[in-house]
Amino acid sequence: MTEKIITKKEVEYVAKLAKLEFDEIEKKEFTSQLNSILDYFKKLNELNTEKVEPTAYVISMPNLLNEDEVKPSLPQEEVLSKAKYVKKGYFKVPKIM
Amino acid sequence: MTLNQLTAHEVINLIRKKKITAYEVMQDIFNQIDKVDNLIRAFLVLNKEEALKQSKEIDIKVKNGEKLPPLAGVAVAVKDIIVTRGTETTCGSKILKGFIPPYNATVINRLKEAGAIIIGKTNMDEFAMGSSTENSAFGPTHNPWDLERVPGGSSGGSTAAVAADETFVALGTDTGGSIRQPASLCGMVGLKPTYGRVSRYGLVAYASSLDQIGPITKDVTDCALLMKVISGHDNMDSTSVNLEVPDYLKSCQEGIKDLKIGVPKEYFIEGIDPEVKDALDKALKVFEKLGAKIEEASLPHTEYSLPAYYLIATAEASSNLARYDGVQYGYRVEDYEDLSFMYQRTRSKGFGSEVKRRIMLGTYALSSGYYDAYYLKAQKVRTLIKEDFDKAFEKYDILITPTSPTPAFKLKEKVSDPLTMYLSDIYTVPINLAGIPAISLNCGYSKSNLPIGLQIIGKHFSEETILRTAYNFEKHSDVEKKKPEMKPAKCKEVVE
Repeated sequence: MTEKIITKKEVEYVAKLAKLEFDEIEKKEFTSQLNSILDYFKKLNELNTEKVEPTAYVISMPNLLNEDEVKPSLPQEEVLSKAKYVKKGYFKVPKIM
Repeated sequence: MTLNQLTAHEVINLIRKKKITAYEVMQDIFNQIDKVDNLIRAFLVLNKEEALKQSKEIDIKVKNGEKLPPLAGVAVAVKDIIVTRGTETTCGSKILKGFIPPYNATVINRLKEAGAIIIGKTNMDEFAMGSSTENSAFGPTHNPWDLERVPGGSSGGSTAAVAADETFVALGTDTGGSIRQPASLCGMVGLKPTYGRVSRYGLVAYASSLDQIGPITKDVTDCALLMKVISGHDNMDSTSVNLEVPDYLKSCQEGIKDLKIGVPKEYFIEGIDPEVKDALDKALKVFEKLGAKIEEASLPHTEYSLPAYYLIATAEASSNLARYDGVQYGYRVEDYEDLSFMYQRTRSKGFGSEVKRRIMLGTYALSSGYYDAYYLKAQKVRTLIKEDFDKAFEKYDILITPTSPTPAFKLKEKVSDPLTMYLSDIYTVPINLAGIPAISLNCGYSKSNLPIGLQIIGKHFSEETILRTAYNFEKHSDVEKKKPEMKPAKCKEVVE
């Protein structure tokens, strides 16, 4: 049995952040699976990285920026046609509060 | 022998010489799909009518003596994570079921301009998260070499389609091995280009700092041909690099005498299948015979690649997949009290369990109080892994490793244990972390007739060198060119 890194309560909190919902069985399963994966991730702590710079982008090159000019975009109608609920040119969503 | 069994370059030449028509070729392709895809299940959508029409247009060009584009008449299958205008693109997910993109990815436009014909979209692990294609919401794809085994993943549909002669070439995507591992498990050629070599515009994002689109083909010549067409700068992708695209095919023609090859000792770990090791040892002898110099190399941080990869990839995925909310496109549940419930329910019902697991991991790793311990730590380790490769490439032109520690595993063998599944990417993820190119090609078969792959790794933008090395191996090794039999599963003996 590995040491508990993430509790069921934390799984519930993270699910809320991720906008996901789980039933009790799933919560239990996720807690156990996430614990074994996070336990495996602890391996990284074997390395001293105090003086190491993080890498976010592997190819060193200056930013390539496009000219600031207006170009045609997709027609509004076509873009809206992919949504299930649309009203007067807007995406329609349920009440917010 | 039917025309679908040929390679792309053979078909291109025969069409040009008027020995065959593009229409005949396309008919053979769809006949094969009709014949075997109920066993393989490589395709999610087919473009039959349009494809046959396009092949006729090519034949008219040939008849009129018009100049033909480089891939005229070549059937291409496209992984269903690359958007195609007017053709459903699902990423293997229920959340995008029915989504018809309003635009084409840059690679699709480049293929069309080159005369290639998109025949359909292929199955994959949902949002490219997986190593077996079992995480597709639409059911698994089967390995043509043994229908009870996985084709690898996540580009399992694309690779199985090429292996089953249902297409000449395919596009896959590779975030941690998703082109190379299936190529290895299906005996095909698969190349993950340098990060930035191929435009990602229109590639649905999984982990943006690691994702690349690349070719899956029957031989190295086809791989070089396809790379030439899909590579190059695109101002729709800010990470696309503005460097000239070399003539990859031409560079293949040179030998590999005096090439310095390093074989990293850390890749020969416990858990490597002895048959994989044997096949690699034999392959190394071929390179030696061709005049290459082989030495043991070292990439000391190899064992940290997998945890670093899964932290970075899941963190990026949790952010990228936040866009699926049921508002602008895709699936939306019908029962909800307010907006927040609608988001939650849509996402919970729309995503499969591996996708949810990775979103959870990534959200946790990025959440307040854990960012430094997980995400930042992983990015620092990424630096160490990249430096390992930088150092190795001061001494060696290329590195050679196995692509996968084992040949194809059985369906359902690893689904219940996510961590074991993650371990099948152990030889491929370091390459994505370093952003360098690598190619996988077949170097033999196991006793049970399963293909075994070899991985050739180069420094940034050295696709010419790795293709040339692969081409020389293909030409001079005595590895038999076999075709899978695709026999339906034998009736199980009644023992129960």
